[in-house]
Amino acid sequence: MPKDELKQEFRLIGTRPDRPDGLDKVTGRARYGADISAPGMLHAAVVRSPHAHARIVRIDATKALALPGVKAVVTRADLPTGLTGEDLNLQDNTLAGDVALYDGHAVAAVAATSALIAQDAAKLVEVTYEVLPHVIDVDDAMRPDAPVVRPGAADHSVPEGSPPNVARYMEFGHGDIEAGFKDADLVMEKTYKTEATHQGYIEPHACLGQMGSDGKGEMWVCTQGHWYIRRMSAAVLGVEAAQLRVTPSEIGGGFGGKTTIFSEPIALALSRKAGGRPVKLVMSRSEVLRATGPTASASMDVRIGMKKDGTITAAKAVFRMQGGAFIGMSPVGEALSCAFACYDIPNLWHEGHEVLANRPKAAAYRAPGSPMAAFAVESLVDEMCRALSLDPIDVRLKNGAREGTKSSYGPKYGVIGLAETLQAAKAHPNYAVKLGPNQGRGVASGFWFNHGGETSVSLAIGEDGSVTVSVGTPDIGGSRASLALMTAETLGIPYEDVRVNVVETGALGVNEPTHGSRATFASGKAAVEAARSAIKQMCARAAAEWGIDAEAVEWKDGAAVPAGPNAGKFPPMSIAEIGSKMGSTGGPISGHHESTPGGVGASFGTHVVDVEVDPETGHTTVLRYLVVQDAGRAIHPAYVEGQYQGGAAQGIGWALNEEYVYGADGRLQNPLFLDYRMPVASDLPMIDTVIIEVPNPGHPYGVRGVGETGITPPLPARANAIAAATGVRLRSLPMSPPKVLAAIKAGADG
Amino acid sequence: MSKIHVSTTVNGDPVDFLADPRETLLDCLRNQLGLTGSKEGCGTGDCGACSVTVDGVLVSSCLMLGVEAEGKQIETIEGMARGNDLHPLQRKFIEHAALQYGFCTPGILVAAKALLDKNPDPTETEVRYWLAGNLCRCTGYDKIIRAVMDAAAEMRSAA
Amino acid sequence: MVEVNLWAGLRRLTDGALVVTVEAATVGQMLDALVRAHPALEPELKGSVTIALDGEVITGGRNTPVRPDSEVYLLQRLKGG
Repeated sequence: MPKDELKQEFRLIGTRPDRPDGLDKVTGRARYGADISAPGMLHAAVVRSPHAHARIVRIDATKALALPGVKAVVTRADLPTGLTGEDLNLQDNTLAGDVALYDGHAVAAVAATSALIAQDAAKLVEVTYEVLPHVIDVDDAMRPDAPVVRPGAADHSVPEGSPPNVARYMEFGHGDIEAGFKDADLVMEKTYKTEATHQGYIEPHACLGQMGSDGKGEMWVCTQGHWYIRRMSAAVLGVEAAQLRVTPSEIGGGFGGKTTIFSEPIALALSRKAGGRPVKLVMSRSEVLRATGPTASASMDVRIGMKKDGTITAAKAVFRMQGGAFIGMSPVGEALSCAFACYDIPNLWHEGHEVLANRPKAAAYRAPGSPMAAFAVESLVDEMCRALSLDPIDVRLKNGAREGTKSSYGPKYGVIGLAETLQAAKAHPNYAVKLGPNQGRGVASGFWFNHGGETSVSLAIGEDGSVTVSVGTPDIGGSRASLALMTAETLGIPYEDVRVNVVETGALGVNEPTHGSRATFASGKAAVEAARSAIKQMCARAAAEWGIDAEAVEWKDGAAVPAGPNAGKFPPMSIAEIGSKMGSTGGPISGHHESTPGGVGASFGTHVVDVEVDPETGHTTVLRYLVVQDAGRAIHPAYVEGQYQGGAAQGIGWALNEEYVYGADGRLQNPLFLDYRMPVASDLPMIDTVIIEVPNPGHPYGVRGVGETGITPPLPARANAIAAATGVRLRSLPMSPPKVLAAIKAGADG
Repeated sequence: MSKIHVSTTVNGDPVDFLADPRETLLDCLRNQLGLTGSKEGCGTGDCGACSVTVDGVLVSSCLMLGVEAEGKQIETIEGMARGNDLHPLQRKFIEHAALQYGFCTPGILVAAKALLDKNPDPTETEVRYWLAGNLCRCTGYDKIIRAVMDAAAEMRSAA
Repeated sequence: MVEVNLWAGLRRLTDGALVVTVEAATVGQMLDALVRAHPALEPELKGSVTIALDGEVITGGRNTPVRPDSEVYLLQRLKGG
């Protein structure tokens, strides 16, 4: 759709009504993964490897099975063989095969009549291990003599002579980087490291699963995508996907970490073995931290050439990222593709190594790969701006990507709003506040592709003219509110007359998860199309009633009306009237839409942070924080702001405190929220937001996804602010107080 | 292990349940009494999702045993509204969009109410430090703090 | 004929070619023609390859039309959170 066709005036879009699930969530009534029970239910407990890398010699469950109340024990022997590719990966992670690959890897599981009995029984399962050498750190794993995590894992992309833990290699770019570096007045190259972090959703993974010996099953589960759960669980268990009915609970956060399975098939396997009794499996926090989620850790070299006026002439990135002991989990391709995505650089080169290590299977985490890449690239750009005494926003505006720019990852950009975010950041009062001693300001921009994905939405007109919308994207950040707004806007009816339900796998065609910032974009686009299809039918019903051509009827303000004076004189026929008569005018009226939508709009944002660093302790206080991001169009601005603020807070945690700490024995040392230190209310100030609206021509209301980009700039913005405050540059995360203090004391650049 | 009979009061109602001596108050509320509004996010008292008050004192119910509830007055999220009349905090959380996925919301509401019961006019800093024991991963806390401050202001003007 | 830009890592599988020209009217025909021209590409293209067509990243749509002047880039699989 051309830009000028995007309506500027809306009745409902851009308003802030109460969210439909608000009442349930403030009264404790909303039902999450662990909140459902079933008659005859058993409870599961999982036996996990205490070793980072060990051969499983023997599993003896005799004593566990002898405990009164224990109904079933499952091990890998209870799962089918012969899987390949990602299905085998998923099965290997669900229950270890011959080798436990990380501390916390599931080895066996028990179902019993109470959670306490199940936990007792799990301790009675005797596992004999032969401990193998392990490797944790990404740079250690790159050594030629490192312990080999998965022998023979390297695919054809890996050049001969690469270290044995490199599973995949990639390179891409354009232009002539050597010539580009020659044109530069200043060339700098630095190495950056980021630690693995966890998505940190407060709700641990939980599901209630039931499966009979006939292979028919049901699951109630907290997930971002129940069709993914269905397909993956069916593959791991060797049953047909359609025989599994998966209902999503309310979800207590995912951030990418609940787009895949971890222990869900275990509940079904236990149920199948325990005569079909339902089994509830709820992870503890330490299980969540040891065995689910995290994102990759990264080691990155970046080289940039800049002219005295700030023009970037060439850039090169070489990234090494580990995503655990499973092939294909490292987001190194995404990281490289995002690294220079904010810039228009004529000469570019990227190289990436996917590295295996004895760590949990990485999952997606909000803009996977982009925050690490931004930390490296945006830190170096800032350092060069300082070296050349240039304003960091001006340099980004000078080199910033615009409509028509050939992106760093290949294709040309459509309509994008990076420049608008930079201009708004520069004009914001925060950018003009005078700073005091030990204070510093940091700026950084960030990018995410956004995603369309398989989408199926159904809409039904009720007998009273109210409307039900069935969607397959679980609501995490308020999408039911935004989908109701778009549907009501399209139909010309009140917001309150629309109810949006997230429905089970049997009720719609396949839907991808709520991921890739796609729920409001893709389910929204489909809901609008479904509403348009229903409108067409309602106009036809009115036309038939009036005895005129369907083309002579149009839809206006929630009613069918004759299109123009020549169509005849009839009073508007409201949606309520049409709905009340539909049984006798042709039957129920519904609209539906299935597609893998294109028209995704790329997302850019710019953050400005002011910090104060205590030179005595190394403690950093965030004085003020500004997020400016292009939403395309904000359907429900309060929840767009919420995405911006939440992304910033997660990024601040990643920058400052969050990290996976492993001991020399390869065991995770901080699998508790006390030691895995996420931001708390007293760590943060109010987070200022500016919503830029550069409408996306690929969506009927101009929506771009807003969920992910916000986590990207905080890492470098914070490093840049600390450098401005202290004169010390930190190039490894997290920038915890001891590290900042040590860097200040060393006096040199970190 | 044999179970222990516990008599207590939850949200003003007398209740009885049988607790395994190892079960936490949170387990008993959720599994014995069906009060699943209190959530378990960590089981170690770090996230505050299980916040309740016991004889008026804010506690993490995952750190207290069910048998310790004998003879106490316990208040949970389920008792916060009076019938259909929401507590001002509950209304302000909806109004300010102070929740996204909402898993932390019950604990934060219970904790915020405990604050306002003690201190009807807290500063932003006081709210932030009081709620520092309640993790929220979605909101960055901004809208939560605004909702609590606004609810406090409304309650002061009504008082 | 459509010019398909490959990522550099695929050069190994295409005798060094970074741009491969194929006869195709749809994305599906284009992918099939690429495999016919360079059979070693099959495992890469069978997995989830991401295609940028005229600036837009598409993940589905084998039936999506491709014009002779379309700008086509093959990208490595991209995941979202």
